[in-house]
Amino acid sequence: MSKDAWSDRLSEYLDGDLNRAETEAFEAHLATCAECSATLDELRGVVARARSLDDRPPAHDLWSGIAERIGAAGTAGVRPITSAPAGKRGLLARRLTLSVPQLAAAAVVLVVLSATLVGSLVRRAPVTRAAGVPTTPVMTVAAASDFGGARYDSAVVELERALAANRGQLDTLTVRVIRQNLAIIDQAIDQARRALAADPGSAYLNDHLAGTLRRKIELLRQVTLLTVQS
Amino acid sequence: MRDTRFGVATLNDEIEAVRADADIVDAALAASGDAHAYERLYRNHVARIHSLARRMISPDIADEVTQDVFVRAWEKLSTFRGEAAFGTWLHRLAVNVILGRRASLGMQRDRYEDRESAFDALASRPGTPELGIDFETAIARLPKGARQVFVMHDVEGFKHEEIAQSLGITAGTSKAQLHRARMMLRRHLTR
Repeated sequence: MSKDAWSDRLSEYLDGDLNRAETEAFEAHLATCAECSATLDELRGVVARARSLDDRPPAHDLWSGIAERIGAAGTAGVRPITSAPAGKRGLLARRLTLSVPQLAAAAVVLVVLSATLVGSLVRRAPVTRAAGVPTTPVMTVAAASDFGGARYDSAVVELERALAANRGQLDTLTVRVIRQNLAIIDQAIDQARRALAADPGSAYLNDHLAGTLRRKIELLRQVTLLTVQS
Repeated sequence: MRDTRFGVATLNDEIEAVRADADIVDAALAASGDAHAYERLYRNHVARIHSLARRMISPDIADEVTQDVFVRAWEKLSTFRGEAAFGTWLHRLAVNVILGRRASLGMQRDRYEDRESAFDALASRPGTPELGIDFETAIARLPKGARQVFVMHDVEGFKHEEIAQSLGITAGTSKAQLHRARMMLRRHLTR
């Protein structure tokens, strides 16, 4: 095959669309053709750039137009949950919203932040735990395996107890952040239960909510494990 | 001290899972008429959909097409069963809306259609923070056919067979258009 013909098939080679014989022939050609080799590298750069593109929101909010078209015009919009001073609310107001699922997601983000915070703070602080002194168990497997109402409450209580027992090893700020996260999660659970009360027959909604609770509790368990491991 | 990075990475995976579940709950609420729940879905996904519209059709009408997508999704919410993530479902719907819009535009050709020289007018500042924006501009100035295939394949991850079916072309044409787009973008990026 001529060099020009190969240059038209560089993308096919890059995407693995050539068969074995064609691939072998092309690679033999590449070994002797600096131009094709250089072009191939450039195409790899294009593909890499395409995959790394960030999504950007529109320059201005489109919701009002959508709300009007779906007959929801006049809705107050999603309320921010920040309590920061008015002058500092801009970013939070755009990012944090009060809702059952979104509050849960926000709580999870905060939990992750606290996990990271725990890691960084404990790395800086000397460990005061005496050698040989066992750490309070974080949570039993059974507690994390069932999330019916009572079992879920029990899991939360157990986690609270573990955190309380280990709090002496943690920075006060860290404990406060974790407790704030737990409060947010409790609020999310409360709202979720109220939503289900409005539509108790929705097995679909129930299943997904249960799955979310299960993941949340697993996250809490991991955060507590991180505090123990640190 | 034990390395906690693995734990944090696992938590990040869990965040995505919880976000997906949160979307599903909001979709269920929105399907029952809760506009606030739908607004939350809008805010979570508007950047993704707007970027798709901007790249596949035109920055000039991306706002309008994005609104069309969210209105159509609202109308179709009852068909969302949660088998896939809401974002995946919305993305598929958006592609269909965008392709429908493309068809309605008919023979109205992009002003840069087949004018590869348009690339010569692009400012290129390799290594600057604006490079990503420049790349988006370069995509927008690709000939329409090459642009749609490039965005669907290299940005959105569709296979040639899927692109061919969506655009009503052959897989071979899709491959040829993709290569054409990459070659044009390569020239832009390496100047």
